[in-house]
Amino acid sequence: MAEHRDIHINVPVLTRVEGEGALELDIVGGEIERLNLRIFEPPRLFEKFVEGYERNQVIDMVARICGICPVAYQMSAVQAFERLSGFTPDPWVQRMRRVMYCGEWLQSHALHVHLLAAPDFLGFESAIAMAADYPDAVRRGLQLQTLGNDLIAMFGGRSVHPVGIRLGGFYRAPDGSAVEMMLQRLQAALPEAEALIGWTAGLSFPDDDQSFISVALSDPDEYAIGQGRLISGQGLDIDICYFDSHFKEIQSPHSTALHCELEERAYLTGPLARLNLNFHQLPPEVRRLMEGCGISFPSHNMFHSIVARAIELYFAIFEAIRLLQDYQTPAQPYREVEAVEGNAFGCTEAPRGILWHRYDVDDAGIVRYARIVPPTSQNQGRIEEDIALSLQKFGLDQTDEKLRLRAEQVIRNYDPCISCATHFLKLNVNRG
Amino acid sequence: MATDKPKLAVHKFSSCDGCQLALLNLGEPLLALPGLVDIVHFAEAGPNSPNQAVDISLVEGSVSTPEDIQRIQQVRQNSKLLVSIGACATSGGLQALGNFANRHEWMTSVYSDPEKIEVLNSSDPISKHVKVDLQIQGCPVNSTQVIGALRDLLSGVAPRPEVHSVCMECKRKGLICTMVTQGEPCMGPVTLAGCGALCPAAGRGCYGCYGPAEQLNDRSISDRFEQLGLDAQAVLRRFRFIANSAAGFKAASEGLRGDTDG
Repeated sequence: MAEHRDIHINVPVLTRVEGEGALELDIVGGEIERLNLRIFEPPRLFEKFVEGYERNQVIDMVARICGICPVAYQMSAVQAFERLSGFTPDPWVQRMRRVMYCGEWLQSHALHVHLLAAPDFLGFESAIAMAADYPDAVRRGLQLQTLGNDLIAMFGGRSVHPVGIRLGGFYRAPDGSAVEMMLQRLQAALPEAEALIGWTAGLSFPDDDQSFISVALSDPDEYAIGQGRLISGQGLDIDICYFDSHFKEIQSPHSTALHCELEERAYLTGPLARLNLNFHQLPPEVRRLMEGCGISFPSHNMFHSIVARAIELYFAIFEAIRLLQDYQTPAQPYREVEAVEGNAFGCTEAPRGILWHRYDVDDAGIVRYARIVPPTSQNQGRIEEDIALSLQKFGLDQTDEKLRLRAEQVIRNYDPCISCATHFLKLNVNRG
Repeated sequence: MATDKPKLAVHKFSSCDGCQLALLNLGEPLLALPGLVDIVHFAEAGPNSPNQAVDISLVEGSVSTPEDIQRIQQVRQNSKLLVSIGACATSGGLQALGNFANRHEWMTSVYSDPEKIEVLNSSDPISKHVKVDLQIQGCPVNSTQVIGALRDLLSGVAPRPEVHSVCMECKRKGLICTMVTQGEPCMGPVTLAGCGALCPAAGRGCYGCYGPAEQLNDRSISDRFEQLGLDAQAVLRRFRFIANSAAGFKAASEGLRGDTDG
């Protein structure tokens, strides 16, 4: 047995993650003594800003929590307000919101797989450096990302902080000709996305199965994106309005983000958790692509999350094509949603996992209180647990540089979005 | 790669990361960028040398912690040209709404242990702390603006900042006025152009995310909004929104506040 070193690893800025985070790790006498994933994005206190604003304004405000997944924020908010009013969007609106959400999954997953995660697996500092040796792969990633952005912009004018979603539907319906051109591009991208699945499945993965709880939304009729009940692999099955009875947020001393736990345990949310729970609901054409690739779901190896993103990316294109075929411009892209006083709850599957909102709204439709629980804060406990287990398995006697690279790769498996993860309200707020 | 290409850094302060996407969302043209510049710092994309001397620094986000102040001063020292991009960097951003409130009270209501988190009393634009060579407004800025500015600066040409309002963009695009024809309270007449008049194109009123235009008649548009049925609070909320602390909008909202208080 090698002699134990005392190691202190400090990664002051995590690269290729969104937002700013840092990792501190102390190994003393061959044991991990301290492990902090530090999130020091300054608090922006978003939940306080939205107090006193109109519901449609809040939909535009919460987009600003995250430039990478603004659609998810808008969708969780609009769902909350519509549920509170007992409003069911028209079938056209429901379908088109799902398509727009597919655009966000597509661009976010393409960005993460190619620009953020793949350089880890292939040993490059960045995708730009990787492009010299893997020009086709990087180009494919950028094309898919652009397609996702353009799909969002078809509904929202732009892909970052889009302006299309409103209470009751959309401000404007896309023109048939725009949809026709988009359909052709989506069709042309399917083979590219299929190749991407094979490419990610062919990467070399550490053998690192861990035991963890997966949490995702579940919809009886389809692979859940924009709505559903909260389920876990351990029997949780609740309406989203009971989130607080099962999930608790705690402020950790080393972070401006709050941790979230399910029944006092860390859990996983995001693409791998979704596939672990809902893989059977993917269309057979999508599931078939996994045959013979040597990886199957459920999987408890977090390094497989890059494959999970590739599968969801393919599914996003497949689903958008299905829903845009036979497109017809509706008579009205929205209906008015009456203001109702009460507590509004919304939850959707952001690219990185479940994004839960609560708003207390008055009878004039003004938001008086808000709470937002983004995916990264939910995954934070699991990330720390995973780093400890992964590094032990990897071997704490590895060089500092190798330990650092492995820890960073583990963190990027979760695609943490640190900008999102820093504005939370404290636990146990009593409201009347 | 050691080259004699101009060096570029992209720095992030308090923000949503959305303005950096003006580069990361370029698509395939992103691969041409290293042909123009040597990207030495861009943490989200990979390169990570925050303290290297560069020709141009693009800065996203607002200054909101004591550590941010030191960091932006360092960036200034290392940069020949400093360009602030987006509403956060140019006006403090949406989070500058906290400047109008009791920030301490807010922190206490958000965190169980607020004293563990060191923050300034305000969310500041970059220009409050260091000299800025060029500001690009917008929430978010878009690729056309950022690449256009980079091209100009790299060619030694003075960028020509946008001065017109969104109304001019509607005219250029032949869009029908949403305020005149649909009675939509539209911020277009007082908002800086550059977005492509996205909201009027979608049939809704502009909500001012590109910040104030150079000359704005806030008095007149506030009166018009009231005629369209908005109450004083609703008018106030239109100015006190995404670019709430940009000079023109801040002055407008404070004027309104004076009216409603008195």
